[in-house]
Amino acid sequence: MTEQRSLTDAVIIGAGPVGLFAVFELGLLGLKCHVVDILDKPGGQCAELYPEKPIYDIPALPIVTGGELVERLLQQAEPFEPRFHLSQMAEKLEKLDNGNWLLTTDLGMELEAPVIVVAAGGGSFVPKKPPIAGIEAYEGGAVHYAVRKMESFRGKHLVIAGGGDSALDWTLNLQPVAASVTLVHRRPDFRAAPDSVAKMHALADAGKVKFLVAQIAGLEGADGQLSGVKLKSPEAGEWVELCDTLLPFYGLTMKLGPIADFGLNLHENHIAVDTEKFESSVPQIFAIGDINSYPGKLKLILSGFHEAALMAHQAFHYVYPDKKLRFQYTTSSSELQQRLKVA
Amino acid sequence: MKVLATDREGGQHAFTYQEGDTLMQVLTEEEDIGIRAECGGCCACATCHVYVAAAWLERLPPQSDDEVAMLDGAFEVAPQSRLSCQIIMSPALDGIEVTVAPDWD
Repeated sequence: MTEQRSLTDAVIIGAGPVGLFAVFELGLLGLKCHVVDILDKPGGQCAELYPEKPIYDIPALPIVTGGELVERLLQQAEPFEPRFHLSQMAEKLEKLDNGNWLLTTDLGMELEAPVIVVAAGGGSFVPKKPPIAGIEAYEGGAVHYAVRKMESFRGKHLVIAGGGDSALDWTLNLQPVAASVTLVHRRPDFRAAPDSVAKMHALADAGKVKFLVAQIAGLEGADGQLSGVKLKSPEAGEWVELCDTLLPFYGLTMKLGPIADFGLNLHENHIAVDTEKFESSVPQIFAIGDINSYPGKLKLILSGFHEAALMAHQAFHYVYPDKKLRFQYTTSSSELQQRLKVA
Repeated sequence: MKVLATDREGGQHAFTYQEGDTLMQVLTEEEDIGIRAECGGCCACATCHVYVAAAWLERLPPQSDDEVAMLDGAFEVAPQSRLSCQIIMSPALDGIEVTVAPDWD
């Protein structure tokens, strides 16, 4: 097998809190996991949307931030040595002749396992695309939602839109490379790191970047070639700012993405599961956390933890069809304690 | 007590509410009128963005710094823009009119 292909016991799609706890529950039963996530870090929504917001309804943790919860879950899963495949999207799922499933990511990573656990929350985090008429015609050429290679912006006239860290960081980083950089944000204040904001203002004062308080109203150009961005503000009305490239950075949104094509029964964009094993309509494929749907479902992290435990007990039988699963407690079982690396 | 909502296609919807509900809950629980409310209402995503009719704006509590900052992740932000998860419903808001803001692709 190449480095691009691995065989394991379970592949978990989604490294959010529920995916991470699934590593733990599967690990206790002796199952090894690989975890795929589109974000560049584990934690899902907790890491991306509210790392600093307090959560009050995690059992035994009266208050914990999203970031701290992820850190603790990673620590708890650590003894089971999960393998993470980050910054990639679970793209294709196919059944193999040997009974296993093969999951392929958009980076070409192939992960084979008897068990697939979809813990994908609200779906994949993808950049928000502004609902501007005709923007699709410019995507990939003149409009980019991410910067992969800075070099590709050399000599370009950029408009960067947004008020968060991405908008500010790329304004600072691309300024020496691009022919011109105009930062457009709807208000004079930013939620980005104050240090970056100060650096941007310094560059603006030096005439090296242009900062405009405005919102995007439309695009100007033809045949995929951008000639300008139409801006508007209550004070100045509408005008066109000349540029050949637009980088909108408005944060991320969630899309179900390729999971919709995995052949699972969906109920309003959620994967229908039973409530004993949290298995989908397709054997060996489970769905836990916010992505699943069953009568009485509550979208709570703690519900996802419970679902992970029950899922793991069924998953065990797919990995070891001939073995009997003995139910054990971590307080008393030396076997579990060995797996936890505490005994 | 009622909320009157206009969706992106101009469709009209009436929702009943109880004191203490957030506007986001009222707009998402009974019917899907295109509000995603991805973060579940903790002011972390800007996908519950609505425009509040001018006459009702002044009856709302002012925006927190958090809400103003989070609106940076919304599109077509206007003076009537609010994140509906940050509006707690009270009897004084009976009849409030809101319009769903543009969605992201």
